[in-house]
Amino acid sequence: MYVSASRAADAAAGTVRSLRRPGGTARRAVAGNVVALGLVSLITDVSAEMVTAVLPLYLVVGLGMSPLAFGALDGVHQGASALFRLVGAYGADRTQRRKLVAGAGYALSAGCKLALLAAATPWAIGAVLAADRTGKGLRTAPRDALISLSSPPDGQGRAFGVHRAMDTAGALLGPLVAFAVLWAVSDGYDAVFVVSFCAAALGVLLLALFVRDIRTPRPRPPGGLPPSAVRALRTLARTSGLPRLCLAAALLGLVTVSDAFLYLLLQQRLDLPTAYFPLLPIGTAAAFLLLAVPMGRAADRAGRMRVFLAGHGVLLIAYLLVLAPWPSALAAAVCVLVLLGAFYAATDGVLMAAAGPLLPEHLRTSGLALVQTAQALARFAGSVLFGAAWMYLGPGGAVTAAAAGLAAAVITVAVLNKGAPHER
Amino acid sequence: MNDDPGTDPGTLRGIRTRVLVLVLATAVLATVAVVYTVRAADRADRRERTAPGQPTARAGAVDLRQSGRLLFRNLAWGPERDHVSSVALAAPSASRTAAPRTCLRFHAAAGTGICLRRKSGVIAGHEAVLLDAGLRPVRRFPLPGVPTRARVSPSGRLVAWTVFVSGDSYAGGDFSTRTAVYDTRTGTLHASLEEFTVVKDGRRDRAADHNFWGVTFTADDRHFYATLATAGRTYLVKGNLARRSVRTLRTNAECPSLSPDGTRVAFKKRVRGLPAEAPWRLHVLDLATGRETALAERGSVDDQALWLDDRTLLYALPGDFGADLWSVRADGGGSPRMFLKSAVSPAVVAG
Repeated sequence: MYVSASRAADAAAGTVRSLRRPGGTARRAVAGNVVALGLVSLITDVSAEMVTAVLPLYLVVGLGMSPLAFGALDGVHQGASALFRLVGAYGADRTQRRKLVAGAGYALSAGCKLALLAAATPWAIGAVLAADRTGKGLRTAPRDALISLSSPPDGQGRAFGVHRAMDTAGALLGPLVAFAVLWAVSDGYDAVFVVSFCAAALGVLLLALFVRDIRTPRPRPPGGLPPSAVRALRTLARTSGLPRLCLAAALLGLVTVSDAFLYLLLQQRLDLPTAYFPLLPIGTAAAFLLLAVPMGRAADRAGRMRVFLAGHGVLLIAYLLVLAPWPSALAAAVCVLVLLGAFYAATDGVLMAAAGPLLPEHLRTSGLALVQTAQALARFAGSVLFGAAWMYLGPGGAVTAAAAGLAAAVITVAVLNKGAPHER
Repeated sequence: MNDDPGTDPGTLRGIRTRVLVLVLATAVLATVAVVYTVRAADRADRRERTAPGQPTARAGAVDLRQSGRLLFRNLAWGPERDHVSSVALAAPSASRTAAPRTCLRFHAAAGTGICLRRKSGVIAGHEAVLLDAGLRPVRRFPLPGVPTRARVSPSGRLVAWTVFVSGDSYAGGDFSTRTAVYDTRTGTLHASLEEFTVVKDGRRDRAADHNFWGVTFTADDRHFYATLATAGRTYLVKGNLARRSVRTLRTNAECPSLSPDGTRVAFKKRVRGLPAEAPWRLHVLDLATGRETALAERGSVDDQALWLDDRTLLYALPGDFGADLWSVRADGGGSPRMFLKSAVSPAVVAG
């Protein structure tokens, strides 16, 4: 199934012939479908990050608003996005139309770029951003399911690594394109939105033309009953290894401090000039870009859970570095950002690569969405906990507590995982 | 989507068709992007030319000590757009004098000016420029985000500015603020008020989500008022620069502005029942009695108001060319009046 699927996808993609080599070396390449999905993500991320990069400028300088007006709406959007992800994923599995659901998500987000042209009131902009986020929620799990189903079980890490690297390359390019447009057209936010829409539309088109939908036959339901969401959930709960993986992702997610906090701490504790602040996420993304493929390959070879855990070990080192006294703030910042990028490279795609082969094919989208949601909810709870820790223990105490929690979680998950049948 | 049996994905012809469609569509989309950008650039050039029915501006010298004048960022189209400009307080609709200095946000008092501006170049960046009375740069500070508020203390000794910092999160819902205070006499820069000790409701508060914005200084150059947001609420705080501390005074008060006589604070307040994204009404708080007065402006004001004098407030509302300045009585009476078209960031140089 896997091999034939990836061959067919290669042929469908057409654009990636050079990656396929005859004989044994073909195993080193990734399926054409994965490269096609990577290209879609690259172009889409250029589009999305163009808007993200200029949005504060547009709101404050272009429209004279204070963006804090959106704070209240944001919490609601987050919850809605998680719900849409689960519902969309289940729909994709039920109809076996993963490409259609992912495409709908991409198209919705593309439309939002045009809608931004017309939205001038805070309410309208809030609604457009909510729709954009819904589109992202819809497309993520079906896209990951397509990547997973397009790749052989022993090449999942590599496939997700390639995809995440391409995705991140787009994210890094986006702001550059946006500011190039603004440089050509002073205050040309509308031009940024139109260019962003064109890129997003190209992404949707790439998906429609070159991504092959993978439909997997559903086992005949016992008693002839139609498959229900409840039954799907029951099947997933009984899927060997999945509850354990969800638990591990949630447990580790709970003690993962959000980037924003870490950047703030880095800046405060190392006394970095505030002008460097916007550069911190770029540093992390660059490290992620460079390390995503090697980490994915390492995950295929050494075991995905092992690399996933090692990634959290790297994060633990980053926490300790933030706490340690440093003679040079710049060196410390670079080290922490590289470690943070390595953490993402060893965990983001690797978690999906670990989950994919466990899941029955007909429920792959729902299963991946479940793992993503478990992790996202745990991270949300974790950031609330970290906020409380900061209040009672101060910044240093909060990071110490997070580091202790992370160490405990890594050990717990490692022990839990020991009893599991070894996966590769 | 591409499972149409008519175009078998495996055949060479199918691939060729797809590539052809892609090339054509890419050409169309690229053309749309380029044409739109070029036309937008044309329109941007038009903003460099004067438009009929707009206030006129003439290039000239602006002095921060010249009394009886209102200083502001000129938004009227023409070569003087975005320049720091001035009109006589007595005749605001007369032609403006525009200095060759562009700012996004601006404030000035007693011969000291602060200008928050975009740095030129492809890579976006902003800076705060401290100005002397002749609008000459004295010192520059790089900014970690997009400028939103600027204030100078009445004596001209202290300056403060606020920027929005956005993280790397997708869809950009998360914004935080960073507020800095600079003492021009000692050269002390408080790079972020978040380093100050916060006393909330009488107790030390160490929450991680502190955000400050909208500083207004007292006449003694030791204290200030500002907004603190934490745990989903906003507070009016009073700060002490020597102690590097702030304490909360009351909830639900944003962007304070201290009256020239130091007795009242104008602020924007979230009012229940108004839409969540435009919830603010202007109020004035009497600091001695704690009494709040709602002002006659019925629209949502998302600006740090400025006292024109002890009886009148000035604030920006969205207008045809960005924003206009409106005035309203500070005692709750009267009705709002358009004071100056196509202008933001006002500063008063009293007589």
